[in-house]
Amino acid sequence: MAKSKNVMSSGMPELPKVLSGIQGLDEITFGGLPKGRPTLICGGPGCGKTLLAMEFLCRGAVQYNEPGVFIAFEEKEQDLVENFASLGFDLKALIKHKKLAIDYVYIERSEIEETGEYDLEGLFVRLSAAIDSIGAKRVVLDTIEALFSGFSNESILRAELRRLFRWLKDKGVTAVITGEKGETLLTKHGLEEYVADCVIFLDHRVTEQISTRRLKIIKYRGSKHGTNEFPFLIGDNGISVFPMTSLLLLGRVSSQRISSGVKSLDEMFGNKGYFRGSAILVSGSAGSGKTSFGAQFVDSVCREGKRALYFAFEESEDQLSRNMRSIGINLKNWIGKGLLKIAANRATLCGLEMHLVMAHNAVKEFKPEVVVIDPLTTMIGSGMANETKAMMARLLDFLKNEGITVLATDLTLVGAKSEETEIGISSLCDTWMRLSMESQGYKRMRRITIIKSRGMKHTHETKDLMITNNGLEIKEIPGLKENVQ
Amino acid sequence: MVKVKRAPKTSKPNKYVLRLYVAGLSPRSQKAIKNIRKICDEHLPGQCQLTINDIYQNPILAKNGQILAAPTLIKELPLPLRRFVGDMSDTNKLLVGLDLRFLDKPGIDPVAR
Repeated sequence: MAKSKNVMSSGMPELPKVLSGIQGLDEITFGGLPKGRPTLICGGPGCGKTLLAMEFLCRGAVQYNEPGVFIAFEEKEQDLVENFASLGFDLKALIKHKKLAIDYVYIERSEIEETGEYDLEGLFVRLSAAIDSIGAKRVVLDTIEALFSGFSNESILRAELRRLFRWLKDKGVTAVITGEKGETLLTKHGLEEYVADCVIFLDHRVTEQISTRRLKIIKYRGSKHGTNEFPFLIGDNGISVFPMTSLLLLGRVSSQRISSGVKSLDEMFGNKGYFRGSAILVSGSAGSGKTSFGAQFVDSVCREGKRALYFAFEESEDQLSRNMRSIGINLKNWIGKGLLKIAANRATLCGLEMHLVMAHNAVKEFKPEVVVIDPLTTMIGSGMANETKAMMARLLDFLKNEGITVLATDLTLVGAKSEETEIGISSLCDTWMRLSMESQGYKRMRRITIIKSRGMKHTHETKDLMITNNGLEIKEIPGLKENVQ
Repeated sequence: MVKVKRAPKTSKPNKYVLRLYVAGLSPRSQKAIKNIRKICDEHLPGQCQLTINDIYQNPILAKNGQILAAPTLIKELPLPLRRFVGDMSDTNKLLVGLDLRFLDKPGIDPVAR
């Protein structure tokens, strides 16, 4: 009994792995790529294969002191250097410091005549020389399938490929092989047949004119791995894979409170306001004052000398400042002092992944205490509803992990849409306030209800919301108390 | 069968620069060396400069010469540059590739030597 327990315990030696250094990839592979074995990365054109492979080498060289060899079948050394410079990789310097070796393999079918038996010893010799020249631990072959376009004798090629992968294993280098996606097979020429230890599939998909990149680990022998499709993005710093950290829920929590900027609103939350680092959702119909909530919050944060970042998806910076001046909030003042940054762009400007990157970068750069997303709903226009939810989950998780308080507004239409919010985003939020408009005779009144607020005392009464020249004000609904009594 | 005739005699004999890359002295390498020497002697006497490189001895040559397969023969001159891979046992293909024979051009005088 005890023995079987031992076998099952996690104390067993796991498959040795090397960290790729690529953001997120090491998490979903539980420690990186298999050490000393080849990994196949396949996908269609433009899906990021070469980038992933090169980043694997660069990060290996810089972060883990593992020099790498890049055998390029498609791009010349100079092209690679130029292409990767735009992603912040200085290949020239790496080459100079003997951390990286690039060998461009030129194959031109029209120049090659086959006159009898041959093997690919030339490739082996070059590879071997390149590995030995810098003591490489990592090797990339991008993409070895080009061989099939240069040589017509497939039986020789296949035998040589088999030999090559065996040879790479014997050399003990961790290899990444890229392959173009095939019609029925994973790769055009069935490379997966030879490289069977770890297969990663990259995908670049366009739904409703908006593209998303995804990564999936198809197999990983001898290791557990995430089986989902993970969205990834190519940003200024290379690839970032987004594991669904929301599943882990590891965010640190704070019991500190932060004022909402409206005294009478703070009173509704037991006189203290929101939790610091929590996610707050303000939903409501058109014109119910959602943006004002955001502005008030930002204003009060800036008043304390802290930074706030405002993502505006409907209004420009100027428009927002002008409109908020009407309720006595001077946003321009805070912008001038460098405490507030308004990032305004249309949600349909780019895909969800790019929004995520932009939000990511803006937050990392500006280091705000508070982030306002106004409104969250427009995002649905730039992606499928469930994708939006996944993206929002990642964004909110990221912000919460950074300890940032987020206030998001959400436009609800009367009827079905509010349900969508309910199952969609509200479950990701800690505090949810609903604004509504009620008609009383000839007048429309704004009402505010706290639907939930995790972990704190709050009022359950629906109250009157007034937008005055000096900001928001919340009052008891006149005459209601008497009626109740 | 494809009819093969020799290329017409040119007024001035071209200088041939050939480079053969082999990987060690394997039987295949030796066969390739033997075959190409024979072609040089028979078809290009005195106008062929043949160099034999062993990429095992000098791996940098494999990189500089863009060698993948072994053996590889490169016809550097006359242009255009052409690569032949294999043990050079397909004499016919080799002669055509070296412009010493033309395909399907009957009635033209062969290169008489």
